[in-house]
Amino acid sequence: MKYGNEIVLLALAAFAALLGAAFAQDSQFGAHMWVLFFALAGGATVLLRTGNYAPAAAAPADSSPYMDGPIRYGVIATVFWGVTGFLVGVVVAAQLAFPDLNIEPWLNFGRLRPLHTSAVVFAFGGNALIATSFYVVQRTSRARLFGGNLAWYVFWGYQLFIVMAATGYLLGITQSREYAEPEWYVDIFLTIVWVAYLAVFLGTILNRKEPHIYVANWFYLAFIITIAMLHVVNNLAVPASFLGSKSYSLFSGVQDALTQWWYGHNAVGFFLTAGFLGMMYYFVPKQVERPVYSYRLSIIHFWSLIFLYIWAGPHHLHYTALPDWAQTLGMVFSIMLWMPSWGGMINGLMTLSGAWDKIRTDPIVRMMVLAIAFYGMSTFEGPMMSIKAVNSLSHYTEWTIGHVHSGALGWNGMITFGAIYFLVPRLWGRERLYSLRLVTWHFWLATLGIVVYAAVMWVAGISQGLMWREYDEQGFLVYSFAESVAAMAPYYVVRTIGGLMYLAGALVMAWNVYMTIRGHQRQEEPMPTSAPALQPAQ
Amino acid sequence: MDYTTLRHFADSWGLLAMTVFFIGAVLFALRPGGKQAAERAAQIPLKED
Repeated sequence: MKYGNEIVLLALAAFAALLGAAFAQDSQFGAHMWVLFFALAGGATVLLRTGNYAPAAAAPADSSPYMDGPIRYGVIATVFWGVTGFLVGVVVAAQLAFPDLNIEPWLNFGRLRPLHTSAVVFAFGGNALIATSFYVVQRTSRARLFGGNLAWYVFWGYQLFIVMAATGYLLGITQSREYAEPEWYVDIFLTIVWVAYLAVFLGTILNRKEPHIYVANWFYLAFIITIAMLHVVNNLAVPASFLGSKSYSLFSGVQDALTQWWYGHNAVGFFLTAGFLGMMYYFVPKQVERPVYSYRLSIIHFWSLIFLYIWAGPHHLHYTALPDWAQTLGMVFSIMLWMPSWGGMINGLMTLSGAWDKIRTDPIVRMMVLAIAFYGMSTFEGPMMSIKAVNSLSHYTEWTIGHVHSGALGWNGMITFGAIYFLVPRLWGRERLYSLRLVTWHFWLATLGIVVYAAVMWVAGISQGLMWREYDEQGFLVYSFAESVAAMAPYYVVRTIGGLMYLAGALVMAWNVYMTIRGHQRQEEPMPTSAPALQPAQ
Repeated sequence: MDYTTLRHFADSWGLLAMTVFFIGAVLFALRPGGKQAAERAAQIPLKED
């Protein structure tokens, strides 16, 4: 019988969730366990209804060299969570502009904001990383994914983590650690899924038929291992009860703050940078059909990034109780990061050398180039903001939000969109995308959205920072805090519009991906080619 | 082992070990003959499908 063990395990886990709901110490944990029960019981029911009850030997063995099922699901999940995360982002932006949109208690800003950050970083970005890493590691190792159905467990386990994290936020369950809000029991579950992910990825590398491990896999592997380490240390906590949603961190005071930002900044460094650089080093050469500009530079890029990023976290705690030497250390390492970041950006861009015309003729290349350009811009801006004097103006203002979004929307978003457009026709065996013209639409909607968003947040943040530090000749503050909040209103409205444009671009992509998977091809004028059409001699 | 011991280890032997490893990794990437190996490795994604 197909899926026999899986059905039994899911049913047992659903029963355990039911017990958790029955004996819950607090009502939030009870509600959360009901969510878990319905998710697991639903999964078991779906498997029962689709299960094949013939003897196991009758099932035909999958003979293709690569295991692409979880990657197809991963690409669809990436598009779905991307649209969801961007939508929640637009909602929270609108809530800031129009506070009446805060709907108590489940849909207020405090609960929706972590839903937005986790949805875009972990649901959209995480699914993109898992799917592309499975694709890249198989192709560059010339080996099938290790562990059989373990890859499916990684996919579905990760979706369950996302659902539990998201519903927990709405119920008000949080441990108040930035980008690590889920409580202890969700963290333990994610650790198990992540170890399975590491096993699949590393096992595939160990089974490789290609002698050399391609550099993209180095970045992916660094991302998987470092995130495991960061996640475990940052979430060391003692639960107040085994059937309750509350836990207390093992660290206290400034140690706790530093652990949090050691995690928080390296989530940026290893989740949003190293992992996505793995994407860049595979998908840019594939789409441009040229090898990476300098392979040796990519190796140096790797080691410098790994050695420097891990120390940069303290720059989030300038002018706090953190010892001064630690703040300076964080600042110095952030500034040193300029070199590997720009080395990597140049390496990515110069891969196009000799094929620059593709920026004009291939909208997917254009998307990737913009992603690399935003990688360069945000890794220039970040070290600059980590300088203490600049930070005294920028910290706690909207400038930080603008910086994060130029990195996330520009770099992570665009390189992911490029990878999705590359993958979809290949994974579903289609000749080409439904429409390249729609990719151009997506490109411009997203680019204009980012530009509007980032520019508005710069103006807003610098105004805010200047208002907070404005003293009159007698040494009194010129503006009350509420006045600086009121001054933000127009910027918040325009920021929402920028977010809406980005969301519209993602909806165009979802339509394009859907039609490509269904096997349609839009009748449209082809993109201009690099060679001008020849005129017959008169 | 207390904080001070750990701290002194980190800013002496720990720092030295990491610096030496890093410089070694960079020099290894730039070693003579590394160029051909790097050019072969760069072709890996383009070889098939």
